[in-house]
Amino acid sequence: MSQILFVMSRSPGSINAQEGFDALLMGSAFATCSVVFLGTGLFQLVDGQDAEPLGGKNFSHGFGALNDYGVSEIYCNKRELDRADLAIQDLSVPVRLLDDDEINALFNDHQMILSF
Amino acid sequence: MKFAIVVYGAPYSHQASRSGYLFTRAVLDMGHEVHRVFFYHDGVYNASKLAAPPQDEADIQADWATLGSTHDLDLVVCIASALRRGMLDPTEAARYDKSADSIADEFSISGLGQLIDATLEADKVVTFGV
Repeated sequence: MSQILFVMSRSPGSINAQEGFDALLMGSAFATCSVVFLGTGLFQLVDGQDAEPLGGKNFSHGFGALNDYGVSEIYCNKRELDRADLAIQDLSVPVRLLDDDEINALFNDHQMILSF
Repeated sequence: MKFAIVVYGAPYSHQASRSGYLFTRAVLDMGHEVHRVFFYHDGVYNASKLAAPPQDEADIQADWATLGSTHDLDLVVCIASALRRGMLDPTEAARYDKSADSIADEFSISGLGQLIDATLEADKVVTFGV
């Protein structure tokens, strides 16, 4: 069980997504962290994105380094993945798929949750 | 109880800023401790000393500053969020050779480690804004 659960629920183009990722990296230096991508936050994980033509930063390339930072638990909601017509192979990092009850349990089990 | 407050919303743009202020004031009035207020994302604009709202509107930035000085609060602005939005204290203004600084004296600039520290230290972390 991680100490801090990070919740990413904003689309990849939002500054919340980019600054949330910064916070996750910082958090992993101080505590064991896990991260769940919910809602439009799921699209942060879609592989092969390039934000630079839109004036953005490709911060999502950093997701591949999360394991090196000790963030080994990356979760998504299986129902949301299906609804977006995505498969686990479409994502840039390995994730664990949870159903709604398991997502609820994730929130219940954590005392510290930071949402971005 | 020891609270940490996190503010993501800019003043006037979202209710988050005002609600965060009112909540912080309320928990202090009730005798609780506020370990830190951390301003992140657009919340860094709450630290501006240059805002000049119309006289018949609340001066949200000044209210935060006054609350901070009255209760000796640790009002912390994330440095990465602040710099990319043009929010600078005199030290950072000099470092980046900018012509002005914009952060009120009641606030301090620091890193994201202060957010994580607040999360680990406080009994409750309450976030305002998304």
